[in-house]
Amino acid sequence: MNKAIRRMAVAAIILMLALMANSTYIQAFRAEELNAKNGNRRVTDSQFSVNRGPITVGNGNTPIAESKPSDDRYEYQRTYPGRGDYAHLTGYYSFVFGRSAIEQSQNAALNGSDPSMAFRRVMDVVTNKRQRGATVKLTINPSAQAAAISGLKGKKGAVVAIDPKTGRILASVSLPSYDPNRLAGHDVKTVQEAWEQLNADKDKPMLNRAERELYPPGSTFKLVTAAAALSSGKYTPESQVDSPAVLNLPQTTATLPNQNGQNCGGSNRATILVALRKSCNTAFGVLGMELGAEALREQAEKFGFGERHLPEIGAVASRFPDDPNAPQVAQSAIGQFDVRSTPLQMAMVAAGIANKGEVMKPYLVSEITTEGLKKISETKPESLHQAVTPEVAEQLNRMMVDVVANGTGQPARIDGVEVAGKTGTAQTSPERPPYAWFVSYAPASDPQVAVAVVVEDAGVRRDDISGGQLAAPIAKDVMEAVLNRR
Amino acid sequence: MSIASTSVIQVIPRTRRGVELFLLIIAVAVAVGAYINIGITVQGKIPASTGYYAAGIGVLALVAHITLRYKAPYADPVLLPCAVLLNGLGLAMIHRIDLAYLVRGIERSAAAPQQITWTAVGVMLFLGVILLIRDHRRLQALTYTAGLAGLILLILPLVPVLGVELKGARIWVSLFGLSFQPGEFAKVCLVIFFAGYLVVKRDVLTLAGHRFLGLDLPRARDLGPILVAWACSLGVLVFEKDLGTSLLFFGLFLTLLYVSTERIGWILIGGMLFAVGAWFAYATFGHVRVRVNTWLDPFGNIDLGGFQLVTALYGQGWGGILGRGLGEGRPELTPVSQSDFIMSSFAEELGLTGLIALILVYTLIVERGMRTALGCRDIFGKLVAVGLAMSFAVQVFVVVGGVTGLIPLTGLTTPFMSLGGTSLVANWAIIALLLRISDQARRPQTPAAPVSDETIALAVQR
Repeated sequence: MNKAIRRMAVAAIILMLALMANSTYIQAFRAEELNAKNGNRRVTDSQFSVNRGPITVGNGNTPIAESKPSDDRYEYQRTYPGRGDYAHLTGYYSFVFGRSAIEQSQNAALNGSDPSMAFRRVMDVVTNKRQRGATVKLTINPSAQAAAISGLKGKKGAVVAIDPKTGRILASVSLPSYDPNRLAGHDVKTVQEAWEQLNADKDKPMLNRAERELYPPGSTFKLVTAAAALSSGKYTPESQVDSPAVLNLPQTTATLPNQNGQNCGGSNRATILVALRKSCNTAFGVLGMELGAEALREQAEKFGFGERHLPEIGAVASRFPDDPNAPQVAQSAIGQFDVRSTPLQMAMVAAGIANKGEVMKPYLVSEITTEGLKKISETKPESLHQAVTPEVAEQLNRMMVDVVANGTGQPARIDGVEVAGKTGTAQTSPERPPYAWFVSYAPASDPQVAVAVVVEDAGVRRDDISGGQLAAPIAKDVMEAVLNRR
Repeated sequence: MSIASTSVIQVIPRTRRGVELFLLIIAVAVAVGAYINIGITVQGKIPASTGYYAAGIGVLALVAHITLRYKAPYADPVLLPCAVLLNGLGLAMIHRIDLAYLVRGIERSAAAPQQITWTAVGVMLFLGVILLIRDHRRLQALTYTAGLAGLILLILPLVPVLGVELKGARIWVSLFGLSFQPGEFAKVCLVIFFAGYLVVKRDVLTLAGHRFLGLDLPRARDLGPILVAWACSLGVLVFEKDLGTSLLFFGLFLTLLYVSTERIGWILIGGMLFAVGAWFAYATFGHVRVRVNTWLDPFGNIDLGGFQLVTALYGQGWGGILGRGLGEGRPELTPVSQSDFIMSSFAEELGLTGLIALILVYTLIVERGMRTALGCRDIFGKLVAVGLAMSFAVQVFVVVGGVTGLIPLTGLTTPFMSLGGTSLVANWAIIALLLRISDQARRPQTPAAPVSDETIALAVQR
């Protein structure tokens, strides 16, 4: 009998060892994963008692998100002085609904738990100072941001401005916007109501249209088609292409007409330069079919299509359709069919052309500093792709300058500055108004800023909608703001 | 002479009461230390009630110790200090969670004073068992009485009016405004019944049988008792929705059957029956399926009852290896953190380190119980000791395994620590029984007369 008792004693020890092994797994190995879960109140509560660092913009380090002492059950209250102006960049920091955008992606720096701040944390403990988070400074130029906001006011749409030489995001605006202060309160009920209201709003104020919404890019995509054509070596800006008033698409009974229903500049053949100036659909449809889907996709991908940019705020990838047939290629070549792009992506196309064909990796966080403004990290510009050769870039540059000087982009002219641009008007479905696009950069000889503007719905009559009339003036304002012309 | 030193050693049993007293002082000091620590971190001062608390624990421990010194001098010296340590720490944690509710303005009557009262009742029952049962072998005469009592206690919660369903399990009985869990005492009664029954039947269970595939299998007619036990445990599971007790009940019976017959075939048959029962329960009962699903994916089933486990896991993760420190965690965020989930409260504030230390204390109790069984001279005592020790082990495994996500969550209490009177009192009775048996086991058979040199010489010549 004692043998069986000994076995039971061993069995009991095995049970206890299993408990210890399982607890070791949870508390030693899974702890980090558990602590990172959204909805873990122990973690959120403790974070609400940390002095979270501010998010700032501009040379004066103007805060667009900061923590202020609070006298309720949590020690700090997150506030957003800019209200809706920077909402899609900062995101919200909510006790109930977690975090988004920069508040989420830079959380470790903002709450001071980043490994690079470990030494400081130890020093704070030793000197009995309260832990404080780092300052996250954004690349945004406040006056460009303000110009974009006032230009878009009352409309639905987005503006993205990039420094073409570095990839710094100078402005990123999505309207309508929302006030993140409403989600940052400590009163669960009020925050809950605000959340439900914002989510139920059919204008989708919480959607970041600048980086997280895909639009048909329309005629602005002709820049990509043109780049592919010039890069193929078979074309120059002066090459003649067929440009009838209406293009009969092969394999179907469908047709592709020009916007005004006429041929391109009085003839059924036009140069690529003229076709771009007048934004002729038929010429670019023909060009696209001659180049083929592969060449168009490759060119689009060199500008950054198919990749996710700005991980700081989770931009979505723009796309060129898989395996289109000939008529679909023709439509894709003018930015219709299934071509979809974020405003950020089209700004990158303009910036790539502006920067001698080199697309820089866009970034939003310029530097992270401690309380005493000691630098912890700084983002260095990085090249993403060489989209076209400098020669092709120069040819495209010349053509885009022509668009603003003589073509559809005239509303973007700035006195004394050479501006390069391209308009676009994108149809989606017949029952909704087309999107108005404009992409541009300036000065053409030494580009300081590249801008993409999309206006979803301006509340104007359908006939009045065109990229040139609606979107170009906004781009102009933003460029002037960056160039200190206002 | 070398023969003498190896083959004949007259062991003079020692009572080890001094060791017990020393360990008790440490146990009380640790518990009181925890209490003070909590007061300082949560309220910023040594709590005014420290004296009351220390005196309470200390006096109860001392009374128990003195009783053992006179009434069971050879009893195991480790069991009592372990029980006092666990009881004391449990009290401290219950008090700590009381404070957390107080600090956050959650209206709730303090649970710790209630638990102190129950501790006193528990220790009184402990004294009663030690004083009234002078020889555990007398309990053998009560075999069938105990069996009947155990069965009645098990069924009691099902009686209309008396029984109360709480948190999905019908395991409570409410009488005159007092509620208790009869299952806690049913456990003790059933151990006595199983042991007494098996002492009588073990021969027939051991010897008769067929050999099949190298295993000695019992005769079909001897399978009766195991089938009855199986059916009863399924009954508890079905009618009271109590997975924990059902598992404990069947596990206990299997253990004793195996220990008394030493035939591994019983374990295999029992294991198969368990598997069939578990599958049947999973397939048939919604509440079992919910438990299993929340166990497999607590985060995906937060609304379906995974919330408890999820918050408990958060607490454990928050505690990490070294813990937040007593009074510095948020154990009150976990539902029923004072009772079912008290081990995850400890895991949060004392960390993995503290949790393992507590599990080791439980292991110590279990293994001292097993040691008692090994040393016991009568079969009945052996079986009772193994049964009680194993019930302790299974209970700790099931409840700690449940709150740490190792096995599906069931509703058992953590011995000595969980808030709740019945469990505490029953566990004090179990410890008293184990001590009583160990006193018998370690006591010299005849009064230890001094051994003369001639006796040794005689032994050597032989």
